[in-house]
Amino acid sequence: MSAVLQSLVNQPYKHGFVTEIESDIAPKGLNEDIIRLISTKKNEPEWLLSFRLKAYQKWLTMTEPEWQNVHYPKIDFQAISYYSAPKPKKKLASMDEVDPELLRTFEKLGVPMHERAALAGVAVDVIFDSVSVATTYKEKLAEVGIIFCSISEAVQTHPELIQKYLGSVVPVGDNYFAALNSAVFTDGSFCFIPKGVKCPMDLSTYFRINTEGSGQFERTLIIAEEGASVSYLEGCTAPRFDTNQLHAAVVELIALDNADIKYSTVQNWYAGDENGVGGIFNFVTKRGLAKGINSRISWTQVETGSAITWKYPSCILRGDNSVGEFYSVAVTNNYQQADTGTKMIHLGKNTRSTIVSKGISSGHSNSSYRGLVRIAPTAENARNYSQCDSMLIGDQCGAHTFPYIQVHNNSAKVEHEASTSKIGEDQLFYFSQRGIDAEEAVSMIINGFCKDVFQQLPMEFAVEATKLLSFKLEGSVG
Amino acid sequence: MINKNSTTILSVQGLRASINGTEILKGIDLTVKRGEIHAIMGLNGSGKSTFAKVLAGHSAYEVTGGSIQFEGKNLLELPPEERARAGLFLAFQYPIEIPGVANTQFLRLAYNTVQGQRGKAELDPLEFDDFVREKMKLLDMKPDFLDRSVNEGFSGGEKKRNEILQMALLEPKLSILDETDSGLDIDALKIVANGVNQIANPNNAMILVTHYQRLLDYIVPDFVHVMQAGRIVMTGGKELALELETRGYDWISANKQSVAGVIV
Repeated sequence: MSAVLQSLVNQPYKHGFVTEIESDIAPKGLNEDIIRLISTKKNEPEWLLSFRLKAYQKWLTMTEPEWQNVHYPKIDFQAISYYSAPKPKKKLASMDEVDPELLRTFEKLGVPMHERAALAGVAVDVIFDSVSVATTYKEKLAEVGIIFCSISEAVQTHPELIQKYLGSVVPVGDNYFAALNSAVFTDGSFCFIPKGVKCPMDLSTYFRINTEGSGQFERTLIIAEEGASVSYLEGCTAPRFDTNQLHAAVVELIALDNADIKYSTVQNWYAGDENGVGGIFNFVTKRGLAKGINSRISWTQVETGSAITWKYPSCILRGDNSVGEFYSVAVTNNYQQADTGTKMIHLGKNTRSTIVSKGISSGHSNSSYRGLVRIAPTAENARNYSQCDSMLIGDQCGAHTFPYIQVHNNSAKVEHEASTSKIGEDQLFYFSQRGIDAEEAVSMIINGFCKDVFQQLPMEFAVEATKLLSFKLEGSVG
Repeated sequence: MINKNSTTILSVQGLRASINGTEILKGIDLTVKRGEIHAIMGLNGSGKSTFAKVLAGHSAYEVTGGSIQFEGKNLLELPPEERARAGLFLAFQYPIEIPGVANTQFLRLAYNTVQGQRGKAELDPLEFDDFVREKMKLLDMKPDFLDRSVNEGFSGGEKKRNEILQMALLEPKLSILDETDSGLDIDALKIVANGVNQIANPNNAMILVTHYQRLLDYIVPDFVHVMQAGRIVMTGGKELALELETRGYDWISANKQSVAGVIV
């Protein structure tokens, strides 16, 4: 490997800073009392406390999964603080009242909230650690009957919806990390698009982990009723820390008849330093239920951060003619490990799914695609197309593909394609012979490689993702 | 075209190079002046493609001796991208494919990088589009070529035409064509040769690396050099290529001593 190929990825993390805000932190450790504390702090109804306790009991009986192709030291769940909220001074009526320190953080992150919202027509529900601080455009959305708020607010204002749908796609005992999240989640987003409403703008949430040592357990719930449609954007950054931070989110999507949910993520959490010290452990359960006929659920993700990524945004295609999509770019560098992919569960007739996964590994990192396509006996004429491409930069990294295909209906059509390529000396030489330096060459090759996925992103996200990748891989080629 | 008064572009002296410890080039001497077309011929493994790559600065090869002057500059001190910006161009024998990157995007980046270095104005996508379409006529290329991914799914002929198009765009001072004729049918060969002939002028120079003399029917060289085992063993005019064609490379081995004494 030429020296060029070794250095492009090693740009220091841009968003590494800690905002000094007084936090209200629960004592470390997990037990029923802590769960009761969280529930009380958030003024939750009894049924929600029961939901949490049931999940906790379930979690106690479960063991941490070990099948994934990632390696990390055992997590000490008793060493984590499960609740942290910026101390509220008083109820905030407008953006002007938001802590200026907090606003400066958003500036540093490049998220000038009101300008961004106004210019881009995006409603930004900002999650800062665990408590939702400000929500914009809410009233405008409310005019068409859309509810877009933090999940803790929704628990207070629309308990019937939460009670009906929470845990309906990801049950409390679904998996180890989902059970943990169900027990201790502190906040997240809630979005409800009523019958026949096309959401007039992309909904966007910026998540950010801020308090050292506090895990963040977001819970997101999005419901699109009959004929409704919504495009939801999730972007993540985190400040630089040396101790690992656990993150175990759960996202549930529900699409009724003829409804359409598009969920896009750009994830750039702190990945650890060039020696693999620190970084976020990201164990996420994301699942969409295409419940109604002709419904559609589409996941697009650009995963560039976290020391460990464990994430399989999935679709349960229950409605006849429903469609599931998964478009993913996962970039790993240094000592990052990613085990990510999707599950497409075909239950209804004429259901279709598309999987396009692009993995890019550089440095000493390891990237795995793991995907399941299951065609149930009931799924007449189901179709799946999967394409998994890996690209290696340098010769110290690894790429793996674990496709699982289970077909229980003879009328199914399932296609799987996979490829592995390498950015090597000859590719870079070709560019350099045309006067183009290595960094620009890598950026161009990578963006070309990811084109099929970037095309799926909303415009502003696509631009951001393109920049992020170049930035991320700077110095990996040298 | 030979012109006694023209200035030297490239001067190679005693060049030695190896890959993974194996010496491939064992002392090459070559002088190229403006306006000249040189052909380097030889069997597979004689070192002619290696010579082309070493001139362009491929990092897999280690230069172990000798010197290369390019327009008075020490070429060996420059990384490959600076050699390219200084006006040295290599048309690749096996151009790489770049999936997902449109040709027009790649060509414009290369053009703006190289021409920008020479103090020319960079072209925006629309200006570039007009410019590149004009150049494409030289090579009889279809417009849809611009939107296709770089070399992906191209036929051998299309790839080679793309190389020559890049040469036309970048206006190099010295172009090295590495086996540009290989894999081309006769029609494609004529188109490529015609493009090359239109690019050649009294201010630039070319080195054609080729196995067969076929290409030289269409691009007439001023000098023909024969390489064997990492050295130029014989140099002559265009008739040397014809002689090789009829007598074969064995003839060189047998006559190297005596013939070389006369011609070189």
